Amino acid sequence: MAAEFELTDEMRAAVGVESEPWPVEITSTSVRAFARGVGYTDPKYYDDAAAAAAGYDALPAPPCYLGTPVWIPGKSDPTFSGPRNTGPSVRHGLRGLLDGGTEVVYERPLKAGDKLFMTSKIADLEVKESKGLGKMLVVTSEQTFTEQDSGEVVMRTFAQAIYY
Amino acid sequence: MPNFADITVGDPLPTLTKAPNRAQLVLYCAGSGDFNPLHWDQSFEQARQIGDNIVHGRMKWSTLGQVVADWVGDSGWVKSVSCQYRGMDMQGAEWQAKGVVTAKREENGLKLVDVDVWTENADGQKTTPGKAVVVLND
Repeated sequence: MAAEFELTDEMRAAVGVESEPWPVEITSTSVRAFARGVGYTDPKYYDDAAAAAAGYDALPAPPCYLGTPVWIPGKSDPTFSGPRNTGPSVRHGLRGLLDGGTEVVYERPLKAGDKLFMTSKIADLEVKESKGLGKMLVVTSEQTFTEQDSGEVVMRTFAQAIYY
Repeated sequence: MPNFADITVGDPLPTLTKAPNRAQLVLYCAGSGDFNPLHWDQSFEQARQIGDNIVHGRMKWSTLGQVVADWVGDSGWVKSVSCQYRGMDMQGAEWQAKGVVTAKREENGLKLVDVDVWTENADGQKTTPGKAVVVLND
Protein backbone atom coordinates (compact mmCIF):
# COMPACT_ATOMS: atom_id res chain seq x y z
CA MET A 1 0.00 0.00 0.00
CA ALA A 2 1.38 3.37 -1.02
CA ALA A 3 0.58 6.76 0.54
CA GLU A 4 2.35 8.58 -2.28
CA PHE A 5 2.86 7.48 -5.84
CA GLU A 6 3.57 9.48 -8.97
CA LEU A 7 4.13 8.63 -12.60
CA THR A 8 7.67 9.25 -13.80
CA ASP A 9 8.83 10.14 -17.31
CA GLU A 10 10.38 6.66 -17.52
CA MET A 11 6.97 5.09 -16.81
CA ARG A 12 5.23 7.33 -19.34
CA ALA A 13 7.83 6.43 -21.98
CA ALA A 14 6.73 2.78 -21.80
CA VAL A 15 3.19 3.62 -23.00
CA GLY A 16 2.44 2.61 -26.56
CA VAL A 17 5.63 0.64 -27.23
CA GLU A 18 4.80 -2.68 -28.91
CA SER A 19 6.48 -5.87 -27.63
CA GLU A 20 8.25 -8.46 -29.74
CA PRO A 21 5.79 -11.04 -31.15
CA TRP A 22 5.44 -14.30 -29.19
CA PRO A 23 3.93 -17.52 -30.64
CA VAL A 24 0.58 -18.69 -29.25
CA GLU A 25 -1.06 -22.00 -30.14
CA ILE A 26 -4.56 -23.40 -30.03
CA THR A 27 -4.56 -27.19 -30.19
CA SER A 28 -7.16 -29.91 -29.57
CA THR A 29 -5.47 -30.71 -26.26
CA SER A 30 -5.31 -27.06 -25.17
CA VAL A 31 -8.99 -26.50 -26.07
CA ARG A 32 -9.95 -29.54 -23.97
CA ALA A 33 -7.83 -28.34 -21.04
CA PHE A 34 -9.39 -24.88 -21.08
CA ALA A 35 -12.96 -26.18 -21.51
CA ARG A 36 -12.38 -28.59 -18.63
CA GLY A 37 -10.97 -25.81 -16.45
CA VAL A 38 -14.05 -23.62 -16.97
CA GLY A 39 -16.41 -26.58 -16.62
CA TYR A 40 -17.98 -26.85 -20.07
CA THR A 41 -20.03 -30.01 -20.63
CA ASP A 42 -20.80 -29.50 -24.35
CA PRO A 43 -18.96 -32.38 -26.12
CA LYS A 44 -18.05 -30.19 -29.12
CA TYR A 45 -15.12 -28.79 -27.09
CA TYR A 46 -13.74 -32.29 -26.38
CA ASP A 47 -14.76 -34.79 -29.04
CA ASP A 48 -13.74 -34.38 -32.70
CA ALA A 49 -16.79 -36.35 -33.87
CA ALA A 50 -19.16 -34.20 -31.80
CA ALA A 51 -17.53 -31.03 -33.17
CA ALA A 52 -17.88 -32.35 -36.74
CA ALA A 53 -21.54 -33.26 -36.13
CA ALA A 54 -22.15 -29.68 -34.93
CA GLY A 55 -20.62 -28.28 -38.13
CA TYR A 56 -17.03 -27.48 -37.04
CA ASP A 57 -13.93 -28.67 -38.89
CA ALA A 58 -11.87 -28.66 -35.65
CA LEU A 59 -12.57 -28.30 -31.93
CA PRO A 60 -13.90 -24.73 -31.46
CA ALA A 61 -12.11 -22.54 -28.90
CA PRO A 62 -14.48 -21.43 -26.11
CA PRO A 63 -14.75 -17.64 -25.72
CA CYS A 64 -12.18 -16.14 -23.33
CA TYR A 65 -9.66 -18.84 -24.21
CA LEU A 66 -6.77 -16.72 -25.48
CA GLY A 67 -4.63 -19.58 -26.75
CA THR A 68 -1.59 -21.01 -25.01
CA PRO A 69 1.70 -19.10 -25.29
CA VAL A 70 4.55 -21.39 -26.31
CA TRP A 71 6.47 -22.25 -23.13
CA ILE A 72 10.23 -21.71 -23.19
CA PRO A 73 12.14 -22.24 -19.91
CA GLY A 74 13.93 -19.05 -18.88
CA LYS A 75 11.94 -16.90 -21.29
CA SER A 76 8.40 -17.65 -20.08
CA ASP A 77 6.91 -16.46 -16.81
CA PRO A 78 6.80 -19.40 -14.36
CA THR A 79 3.58 -18.18 -12.74
CA PHE A 80 1.52 -16.71 -15.57
CA SER A 81 3.02 -18.68 -18.51
CA GLY A 82 3.32 -15.71 -20.85
CA PRO A 83 6.55 -14.33 -22.30
CA ARG A 84 8.82 -12.22 -20.09
CA ASN A 85 11.03 -9.33 -21.15
CA THR A 86 9.66 -9.07 -24.68
CA GLY A 87 8.61 -5.45 -24.23
CA PRO A 88 8.77 -2.44 -21.95
CA SER A 89 7.73 -2.84 -18.36
CA VAL A 90 6.88 -0.28 -15.73
CA ARG A 91 9.19 -0.27 -12.70
CA HIS A 92 6.78 0.99 -10.08
CA GLY A 93 7.88 -0.79 -6.90
CA LEU A 94 4.31 -1.54 -5.77
CA ARG A 95 3.83 -5.05 -4.35
CA GLY A 96 0.08 -5.63 -4.40
CA LEU A 97 -1.67 -6.72 -7.58
CA LEU A 98 -5.37 -6.98 -8.43
CA ASP A 99 -7.02 -7.84 -11.72
CA GLY A 100 -9.27 -4.90 -12.62
CA GLY A 101 -11.03 -6.10 -15.74
CA THR A 102 -10.68 -8.01 -18.97
CA GLU A 103 -12.09 -7.74 -22.48
CA VAL A 104 -11.68 -9.92 -25.57
CA VAL A 105 -12.83 -8.94 -29.05
CA TYR A 106 -12.72 -11.52 -31.85
CA GLU A 107 -12.62 -10.91 -35.59
CA ARG A 108 -13.55 -14.56 -36.17
CA PRO A 109 -14.13 -17.60 -33.96
CA LEU A 110 -10.89 -19.45 -33.11
CA LYS A 111 -10.34 -23.21 -33.27
CA ALA A 112 -7.81 -25.98 -32.77
CA GLY A 113 -5.04 -25.62 -35.32
CA ASP A 114 -4.80 -21.82 -35.11
CA LYS A 115 -1.21 -20.58 -34.82
CA LEU A 116 -0.95 -16.97 -33.75
CA PHE A 117 1.53 -14.30 -32.77
CA MET A 118 0.80 -12.08 -29.79
CA THR A 119 2.18 -8.59 -29.28
CA SER A 120 1.38 -6.50 -26.28
CA LYS A 121 1.66 -2.89 -25.24
CA ILE A 122 0.78 -0.66 -22.34
CA ALA A 123 -2.11 1.48 -23.55
CA ASP A 124 -2.54 3.70 -20.52
CA LEU A 125 -1.18 4.46 -17.04
CA GLU A 126 -3.33 6.13 -14.44
CA VAL A 127 -2.86 6.86 -10.75
CA LYS A 128 -6.00 6.48 -8.64
CA GLU A 129 -6.67 6.51 -4.93
CA SER A 130 -8.91 4.27 -2.88
CA LYS A 131 -9.75 4.40 0.82
CA GLY A 132 -8.69 0.82 1.38
CA LEU A 133 -5.59 0.57 -0.79
CA GLY A 134 -4.20 4.11 -0.93
CA LYS A 135 -2.53 5.27 -4.14
CA MET A 136 -2.93 2.74 -6.93
CA LEU A 137 -1.39 2.47 -10.36
CA VAL A 138 -3.86 1.23 -12.98
CA VAL A 139 -2.07 -0.25 -15.99
CA THR A 140 -4.23 -0.81 -19.07
CA SER A 141 -2.60 -3.20 -21.50
CA GLU A 142 -3.64 -4.29 -24.96
CA GLN A 143 -2.69 -7.54 -26.70
CA THR A 144 -3.07 -8.12 -30.43
CA PHE A 145 -3.18 -11.65 -31.86
CA THR A 146 -2.46 -12.21 -35.55
CA GLU A 147 -2.41 -15.31 -37.74
CA GLN A 148 1.19 -16.46 -38.14
CA ASP A 149 0.68 -17.15 -41.86
CA SER A 150 -1.33 -14.16 -43.01
CA GLY A 151 -0.62 -11.50 -40.39
CA GLU A 152 -4.36 -10.90 -40.10
CA VAL A 153 -5.65 -9.75 -36.72
CA VAL A 154 -8.03 -12.34 -35.24
CA MET A 155 -8.32 -11.25 -31.61
CA ARG A 156 -7.57 -8.31 -29.32
CA THR A 157 -7.61 -8.29 -25.56
CA PHE A 158 -7.63 -5.41 -23.10
CA ALA A 159 -6.82 -5.77 -19.41
CA GLN A 160 -6.55 -3.55 -16.36
CA ALA A 161 -4.01 -4.48 -13.69
CA ILE A 162 -4.17 -2.57 -10.42
CA TYR A 163 -0.91 -2.23 -8.46
CA TYR A 164 -1.07 -0.93 -4.90
CA MET B 1 -31.06 -22.11 -30.01
CA PRO B 2 -31.67 -18.38 -30.51
CA ASN B 3 -32.71 -16.91 -33.82
CA PHE B 4 -32.31 -13.19 -34.54
CA ALA B 5 -35.94 -12.50 -35.47
CA ASP B 6 -37.30 -14.09 -32.29
CA ILE B 7 -34.93 -12.45 -29.80
CA THR B 8 -36.43 -9.68 -27.66
CA VAL B 9 -34.68 -7.16 -25.44
CA GLY B 10 -35.06 -8.41 -21.88
CA ASP B 11 -34.79 -12.09 -22.79
CA PRO B 12 -32.84 -13.87 -20.04
CA LEU B 13 -30.01 -16.27 -20.89
CA PRO B 14 -29.97 -19.63 -19.06
CA THR B 15 -28.23 -19.24 -15.68
CA LEU B 16 -25.18 -21.34 -14.79
CA THR B 17 -24.67 -22.24 -11.13
CA LYS B 18 -21.07 -22.92 -10.08
CA ALA B 19 -19.16 -23.66 -6.90
CA PRO B 20 -15.61 -24.30 -8.10
CA ASN B 21 -13.52 -25.89 -5.36
CA ARG B 22 -9.72 -25.83 -5.12
CA ALA B 23 -9.43 -28.90 -7.37
CA GLN B 24 -11.50 -27.18 -10.07
CA LEU B 25 -9.35 -24.05 -9.75
CA VAL B 26 -6.27 -26.21 -10.32
CA LEU B 27 -7.90 -27.42 -13.56
CA TYR B 28 -8.46 -23.78 -14.54
CA CYS B 29 -4.78 -23.03 -13.72
CA ALA B 30 -3.77 -25.80 -16.12
CA GLY B 31 -6.19 -24.76 -18.84
CA SER B 32 -5.44 -21.04 -18.70
CA GLY B 33 -1.75 -21.09 -17.74
CA ASP B 34 -2.40 -18.83 -14.71
CA PHE B 35 -0.67 -20.60 -11.80
CA ASN B 36 -0.91 -17.74 -9.28
CA PRO B 37 -0.73 -19.55 -5.87
CA LEU B 38 -3.51 -17.27 -4.62
CA HIS B 39 -5.86 -19.74 -6.33
CA TRP B 40 -4.46 -23.09 -5.13
CA ASP B 41 -2.01 -22.72 -2.21
CA GLN B 42 -3.70 -22.26 1.17
CA SER B 43 -0.40 -21.27 2.78
CA PHE B 44 0.27 -18.46 0.27
CA GLU B 45 0.49 -15.21 2.23
CA GLN B 46 -2.26 -13.35 0.38
CA ALA B 47 -4.59 -16.39 0.62
CA ARG B 48 -3.97 -16.56 4.37
CA GLN B 49 -4.77 -12.86 4.70
CA ILE B 50 -8.00 -13.28 2.75
CA GLY B 51 -8.85 -16.50 4.58
CA ASP B 52 -8.91 -18.92 1.65
CA ASN B 53 -8.02 -19.38 -1.97
CA ILE B 54 -10.15 -17.26 -4.29
CA VAL B 55 -11.59 -17.95 -7.72
CA HIS B 56 -9.56 -16.50 -10.62
CA GLY B 57 -11.24 -13.34 -11.88
CA ARG B 58 -10.63 -14.66 -15.35
CA MET B 59 -12.39 -17.91 -14.52
CA LYS B 60 -15.51 -15.88 -13.75
CA TRP B 61 -14.96 -13.91 -16.96
CA SER B 62 -14.63 -17.21 -18.85
CA THR B 63 -17.84 -18.46 -17.20
CA LEU B 64 -19.62 -15.34 -18.49
CA GLY B 65 -18.30 -16.45 -21.87
CA GLN B 66 -19.77 -19.90 -21.20
CA VAL B 67 -23.21 -18.44 -20.40
CA VAL B 68 -23.20 -16.74 -23.80
CA ALA B 69 -21.60 -19.64 -25.71
CA ASP B 70 -24.01 -22.21 -24.25
CA TRP B 71 -26.93 -19.94 -25.16
CA VAL B 72 -25.87 -19.24 -28.74
CA GLY B 73 -24.92 -22.89 -29.30
CA ASP B 74 -24.05 -23.59 -32.93
CA SER B 75 -26.28 -20.84 -34.34
CA GLY B 76 -23.59 -18.15 -34.17
CA TRP B 77 -20.43 -17.14 -32.32
CA VAL B 78 -19.30 -14.91 -29.51
CA LYS B 79 -17.72 -11.67 -30.75
CA SER B 80 -16.68 -10.11 -27.45
CA VAL B 81 -16.81 -10.58 -23.68
CA SER B 82 -15.76 -7.98 -21.12
CA CYS B 83 -16.08 -7.66 -17.36
CA GLN B 84 -14.82 -5.85 -14.31
CA TYR B 85 -13.72 -7.58 -11.12
CA ARG B 86 -15.61 -5.96 -8.25
CA GLY B 87 -15.58 -8.66 -5.59
CA MET B 88 -13.88 -11.90 -4.58
CA ASP B 89 -15.46 -15.34 -4.54
CA MET B 90 -13.94 -17.97 -2.24
CA GLN B 91 -13.13 -21.44 -3.52
CA GLY B 92 -16.06 -23.79 -2.87
CA ALA B 93 -18.62 -20.98 -2.53
CA GLU B 94 -21.65 -21.09 -4.82
CA TRP B 95 -22.29 -18.29 -7.31
CA GLN B 96 -24.34 -17.89 -10.44
CA ALA B 97 -23.50 -16.57 -13.89
CA LYS B 98 -26.37 -14.79 -15.64
CA GLY B 99 -27.18 -12.80 -18.73
CA VAL B 100 -29.94 -10.72 -20.33
CA VAL B 101 -30.40 -9.37 -23.86
CA THR B 102 -30.04 -5.56 -23.97
CA ALA B 103 -30.12 -4.80 -27.70
CA LYS B 104 -30.07 -6.29 -31.18
CA ARG B 105 -28.71 -4.56 -34.27
CA GLU B 106 -27.32 -5.18 -37.75
CA GLU B 107 -23.87 -3.83 -38.52
CA ASN B 108 -21.66 -4.47 -41.58
CA GLY B 109 -24.01 -7.28 -42.59
CA LEU B 110 -23.71 -9.01 -39.19
CA LYS B 111 -26.69 -9.79 -36.97
CA LEU B 112 -25.48 -8.72 -33.52
CA VAL B 113 -27.04 -9.20 -30.10
CA ASP B 114 -25.79 -7.26 -27.05
CA VAL B 115 -26.11 -8.87 -23.66
CA ASP B 116 -25.33 -7.85 -20.10
CA VAL B 117 -23.64 -10.66 -18.18
CA TRP B 118 -22.61 -10.92 -14.54
CA THR B 119 -21.79 -13.25 -11.71
CA GLU B 120 -23.83 -13.03 -8.54
CA ASN B 121 -22.86 -14.39 -5.11
CA ALA B 122 -25.18 -15.89 -2.49
CA ASP B 123 -25.89 -12.39 -1.12
CA GLY B 124 -27.04 -11.22 -4.56
CA GLN B 125 -23.93 -9.05 -5.02
CA LYS B 126 -22.73 -8.73 -8.63
CA THR B 127 -19.04 -9.54 -8.21
CA THR B 128 -18.24 -9.56 -11.94
CA PRO B 129 -20.45 -7.32 -14.11
CA GLY B 130 -19.78 -7.41 -17.84
CA LYS B 131 -21.03 -7.26 -21.40
CA ALA B 132 -20.92 -9.53 -24.42
CA VAL B 133 -21.74 -9.33 -28.10
CA VAL B 134 -22.94 -12.33 -30.12
CA VAL B 135 -23.05 -12.80 -33.91
CA LEU B 136 -26.02 -14.86 -35.07
CA ASN B 137 -26.10 -16.74 -38.38
CA ASP B 138 -29.87 -16.32 -38.85
